[in-house]
Amino acid sequence: MAAYLVHHLDLAPQWQWLAFLGVALFQCGILLGIVLTAAGGFTWLERKVSGRIQDRLGPTRAGGRFGWLQALADGVKLITKEDLVPAEADAMLFRLAPYISFCASFAVYLALPFADGWVSQRLNTAVFFILAVAGLEVFGVILGGYASGSKWSLFGAMREAAQVVSYEVPLGLSAVVPVLVAGSMDLVTIGQMQQGWFTSWLIFHDPFTFLTFFVYLTCAVASVNRAPFDLAEAESELVAGFLTEYSGFRWSLFFMAEYASMTAVAGLAAILFFGGWNGPLPITEWLGLNAARGPAAGWAGDLLGSLNFLFKAFVGVTVMMWLRWTLPRLRIDQVMTVCLKYCIPLSATMFVGVVVWTYLLPGGLLLHPRLGEVGERTMGPEGASLDSPGQRPGYRPTLLAASPNGAQPRDANVARAPFQGSGVPKDTVSQGLRPGLSSRAPSGLSAGESTGVARKVAGTLRVPSALTRSVRSTTVIDSPILSVSNRARSGLKTRVDKPPAASSANVAQTVSGPPKEWSP
Amino acid sequence: MVMEKVDPSLVEFDVRTDEMLVNMGPQHPSTHGVLRLVLRTDGEVVSEVTPHIGYLHRCAEKIGEHVTPRQWIPYTDRMDYLAGMNMNLGWALTVEKLLGLAIPERGRHLRVIICELGRIANHLVAAGCYGLDLGSFTPFIYCFREREKILDLFELACGARLTYSYITVGGLVADVPRGWMEKCEAFLDQFEPVIAELHAVLTSNEIFIRRTAGVGAMSAEQAIDYGCTGPVLRGSGVSWDLRRDGEPRYTQMYEGYRFEVMAQVDGSYPKDEPYPPVPPAAVLGDSWHRFFVRMLEVVQSMKLVRQGIERYRRAPGPVGEPIKQNQKLPQGEAYLETEAPKGQMGFMVVGDGTAIPWRVRARSSSFCNLSVIGELCRGCLIADVPAVLGSLDIVLGEVDR
Repeated sequence: MAAYLVHHLDLAPQWQWLAFLGVALFQCGILLGIVLTAAGGFTWLERKVSGRIQDRLGPTRAGGRFGWLQALADGVKLITKEDLVPAEADAMLFRLAPYISFCASFAVYLALPFADGWVSQRLNTAVFFILAVAGLEVFGVILGGYASGSKWSLFGAMREAAQVVSYEVPLGLSAVVPVLVAGSMDLVTIGQMQQGWFTSWLIFHDPFTFLTFFVYLTCAVASVNRAPFDLAEAESELVAGFLTEYSGFRWSLFFMAEYASMTAVAGLAAILFFGGWNGPLPITEWLGLNAARGPAAGWAGDLLGSLNFLFKAFVGVTVMMWLRWTLPRLRIDQVMTVCLKYCIPLSATMFVGVVVWTYLLPGGLLLHPRLGEVGERTMGPEGASLDSPGQRPGYRPTLLAASPNGAQPRDANVARAPFQGSGVPKDTVSQGLRPGLSSRAPSGLSAGESTGVARKVAGTLRVPSALTRSVRSTTVIDSPILSVSNRARSGLKTRVDKPPAASSANVAQTVSGPPKEWSP
Repeated sequence: MVMEKVDPSLVEFDVRTDEMLVNMGPQHPSTHGVLRLVLRTDGEVVSEVTPHIGYLHRCAEKIGEHVTPRQWIPYTDRMDYLAGMNMNLGWALTVEKLLGLAIPERGRHLRVIICELGRIANHLVAAGCYGLDLGSFTPFIYCFREREKILDLFELACGARLTYSYITVGGLVADVPRGWMEKCEAFLDQFEPVIAELHAVLTSNEIFIRRTAGVGAMSAEQAIDYGCTGPVLRGSGVSWDLRRDGEPRYTQMYEGYRFEVMAQVDGSYPKDEPYPPVPPAAVLGDSWHRFFVRMLEVVQSMKLVRQGIERYRRAPGPVGEPIKQNQKLPQGEAYLETEAPKGQMGFMVVGDGTAIPWRVRARSSSFCNLSVIGELCRGCLIADVPAVLGSLDIVLGEVDR
């Protein structure tokens, strides 16, 4: 989008940062809106869910029958409350801490796709980025607990430090399992791989991913400090833990951070295990809502997909609420036992198991058409690149390379412009000015056919093509900063190259060509 | 050269990490009122718990020496405010003992019904709050939902929901209104399945068992040494219940009633209504057993109420006549302990020939049950302190009086 602005406004190189800044602020605004709405909505939902579980009504007054304005009323109440800083507190850190927590859980949404291509910044290390950034939330909590000058807050911070740091390990390990199956850390790619029927969801890929999901669920609940792992704010023990001294707006920031994190881990689970924006049945394909039928249809399909994704995240959050209002709290030693004695060995076993499984049965348990065929194909004698270093047989994404006709792939999703959702017009795309893609797709791959098939293939093939040669590609850092600076340095327009008109054969050929990770 | 240790405790102190004194209470969500516990902690481990009481001291005994026995009844309500009916009963029986009063049969059975309902109401609070202490909010609401129904019955009977002053010296203030017994039976019918629900969310819940089994275990000797009574004593495996083992003036109230004293003796609880099995991790006398005893007692109380209703219907006549306000108390003293829901509640009254007692004394079960907390919490984790305290089921109004 920024590139589009730069191109069309014809900005001088020294002013191009303005376009990027504007777009960044715009995207921040959208994301903040989504996060805040989600947090508010889930606050309301939590009250309703807990109310129903506890045989009461929950909010019924604010905003009418269902109390749907309750979150707003709560927000107004919290904001108008006095902002108290205890005399004993380290005032600066005390004030700073909520923002750290909130920013960390908010920044997660930067890399979380809501539909195919509907992502603020597509990262090829999105899973890693999300886990890393979400892990930063703990600093706010520790800081807040330490700076409060209260012993209960300190206890809460200590518990949080012990708990979250421990649970990062099994959480990462269990998130790696679907990544391993998918062969990519790019959440958009992972989501695209699970299209079709629900049998292609990664949770149904094999028994290991199925079990891994439950480990992930446990660790996710623990890492966002929800009951039964809500030790850091254990009400009956630590008064309110690290939140004891917080009030008003600062308290609500922690609160929103918690809900934002919940939604984020639920969304990550939806993409990693439950097909992301793909429904259980390929309804959008039946309806023909894909980019092959034009941008409007593609957009409608993406919209339905994002609703799908949001629904899955919503279900995940509801499950967390259900757990919270059902189970008693664990003790700190039991929390650590669950992590160190059960979750880590389990997730490590799942990791090894899924490695073996993908080696032996790459198609997955239910052998859904796409992955199964890929496995056979790559395992077959024509898989000449089997000997090459870093190549694992049965590596699924090479499907596209082996696809007999790149112009008409089996899945309609592949046949769409890669950044249809991000609003990049066709002409910009054809000129190779694709934000986020330009840095990783080799320029030779940017085929400019009107359907955009080849571009799509090039985009999705980034990882597989690299992996046929080496595993380097997975470590490519596609930081927006780097892309921007590179674009700025190279003056952008100089990078516009006319790609050769790609035929299907051409695509297949370029795919198996040498990987180009960086094309400044 | 061998260095001699002058004072071994000094060296031990040197290698210790920093200890921290933490005030748990008097404003704390899980100290069940205004109890202040000073915890000496080393990280999460608690090395010492010192209870500080007196925040709810209301000079109840002193006031009792300035008002007539019937005027003091509302003060007994405010001792164990979660089981006001049973407090009323203890005081009423004591004064009746001094006066040598006997009350009619109908009143006796109505007192059994009311007191056992009060016991259920109290144990519901205990169970619900215990779930809350362990971080489980929902059972609390379930318990209070049921308790509300009992309070509705009490409200029908006497107009009050918390401080009843219903049972009084000489009987009860009034008979229950017509149709009350049917309502009570309807409540019991609908309450029975709820007990299984509570067992499911608490007693048999895996996390609940892990949080309570083996935590704060107290031997029978220790319980007797500290003067623990009620479910706390029975949780340690002592089959002792004043309704069965008390003095005649109290036990004759329960004459002809069938019920079990729920305590694990010789490795098992009395065979009765089906109840969940004792988990292997539970140790006799731990928090789980104390909680479990209360849950079993609820069933026994329900049986008692059913029997009481049946007997009440067969007993015509008045429920008793409250004594006159200016009724002179004879010279002498009387002391009586009753089995209140939280333990043995003892009242003493000394009369000097006037209408106002010369001395009033209340022996609180919660006070004795609380005194053991320092012993039980030594070396446990911070999270265990509410777990143990909740299992003792104290109420500060009664501790401080």
